[in-house]
Amino acid sequence: MIHMEYYLIVSTIMMFVGIYGFFTRRNLLAILISVELILNSVDINFAVFNRFLFPGQLEGFFFTMFAIGISAAETAVAIAIIINIYRNIRNIQVKNMNELKY
Amino acid sequence: MDYSQFLYMRPELSLIAIIVVLFIYDLFSGEKARGYLQPLTCLLLFAHILLNLFPTGDNINAFGGMYQSQPMIAWVKTILSIGTLIAVMQSNVWLKREDTHHKQGEFYTLTLFTLLGMFFMMSSGHFLLFVIGLELASIPMACLVAFDKYKHHSAEAGAKYILSAMFSSGLMLYGISFLYGTTGTLYFADVASRLNASPLQLMALVFFFAGLAFKISLVPFHLWTADVYEGAPTNVTAYLSVISKGAAAFTLLVIFIKVFAPMITAWQEMLFWVIIASITIANLFAIRQQNIKRFFAFSSISQAGYLMLGTIGGNAIGMTSMVFYILVYMIANLAVFGVISIIEQRTDGKVNISDYNGLYKTNPKLTLVMTLALFSLAGIPPFAGFFSKFFIFMSAFSAGFKVLVFIALINTVISLYYYLLVVKAMYINPNEQPVATFKSDAYTRLSLVLCTLGIVLLGIASGVYDSINAFSFGI
Repeated sequence: MIHMEYYLIVSTIMMFVGIYGFFTRRNLLAILISVELILNSVDINFAVFNRFLFPGQLEGFFFTMFAIGISAAETAVAIAIIINIYRNIRNIQVKNMNELKY
Repeated sequence: MDYSQFLYMRPELSLIAIIVVLFIYDLFSGEKARGYLQPLTCLLLFAHILLNLFPTGDNINAFGGMYQSQPMIAWVKTILSIGTLIAVMQSNVWLKREDTHHKQGEFYTLTLFTLLGMFFMMSSGHFLLFVIGLELASIPMACLVAFDKYKHHSAEAGAKYILSAMFSSGLMLYGISFLYGTTGTLYFADVASRLNASPLQLMALVFFFAGLAFKISLVPFHLWTADVYEGAPTNVTAYLSVISKGAAAFTLLVIFIKVFAPMITAWQEMLFWVIIASITIANLFAIRQQNIKRFFAFSSISQAGYLMLGTIGGNAIGMTSMVFYILVYMIANLAVFGVISIIEQRTDGKVNISDYNGLYKTNPKLTLVMTLALFSLAGIPPFAGFFSKFFIFMSAFSAGFKVLVFIALINTVISLYYYLLVVKAMYINPNEQPVATFKSDAYTRLSLVLCTLGIVLLGIASGVYDSINAFSFGI
């Protein structure tokens, strides 16, 4: 049986890869994917804690279900806004998001 | 299951009823009937406020502790509903414009959905309901920020808002996952009884705080604020800067009291530095802004720092002064944004501070409202802002944070300088072509009159503070 720690290592790596990607990617869709990595690492955490530490209950699994649903809703809105940007400037690179500064 | 529990959720239920009515009306109304959406929304919201003026009962605990409400939370809901009503009234001119006219129903539904999310967030007793409420408050908000579909500014601000909101909620969920891992439950009361300030729980606290601090826009997490406030339609900015911020700040206080009370020294230390950074850095950045919406973005960051002064003690007096501060700040900021939005609409998008030069000569009444609101924000005595600042300083002082209050006092002087820069622009700076004299519409005028009354009377009428004080609770 795989120990809990290995799952947690995977989820932690996913979390920090997501944070790294969020700050370094130059394309809005790539940033969105990085955020999805963060949200998925949270889902792994909840499922693992529930399965290994508190096997008698389902609270963590429920939380995971809701978190997946919410992140899907967020992604839908984010992609709609990114499409809107593409329609306006034909491009979704971060370096073109520079009209709002100072 | 006892279905009568639903009746405890009266504010939420009446808000859902309003949303459904508006949605159906918008769906089936013709071009002509759509003109009545604005008065209908205002009327329904007013009825909602009246209906919920008196709380349903003390210490409601419904659905096995999932939904909790105290009279104080009900009061904050009423205050936020009043703010929403004023914000909706001010958006009349903007929504009558050619490119937004056909989708004004969407604006009202989305706005009320965010308000509903904040209601759930404030009276949650379980982290699941809290997260759902928070997301319900922030996803429609992103749609509102990107509402001006044909303007690149609006879309860019929307993208910045939704991506940082997702990132922050990801961080917060990560923190909550460790809370779950160490305590084995997500009910507030049970989590509180099992906290022992272990390092993992401290990390959970920091992640959780980071997530909510994004919503309140405290300083290390404030970078989205100025861009989003500038790019969003002005009325949405008004809503975002008061209602969203006030709800998030109050929720943070409630959760600190209900859940993280055993770790009070940890979050007091954290808040101490965050408050100093928020107030000081935002004040210094506000001085050099040219665009008035950006200017008020930085002003709202520093005001958020002052709001957190009520949180840091974690006591009942802190909660009273914070709710009073939210009320006063809401009224003053809505007055400011009402003036900004009506000028922007009537002059085809003038939002620079230099455009306000000589405004007094052409529009003396608007200038007066703006001046009173700025005085209130800066905390000049006869107006409400002075009293709210005084109470919040008192609460932090009595909790023993003397250095913090001293730094906040110095920053009040700095903030007076930049608020007066706008006043100076309006009264003294010469301008060849000032904004032409115009007449605002009835809704905006009524909302500005209400705001002015609030600014002048709220501080003097001591009953407001007393009635808030009667319900506050602390650790």
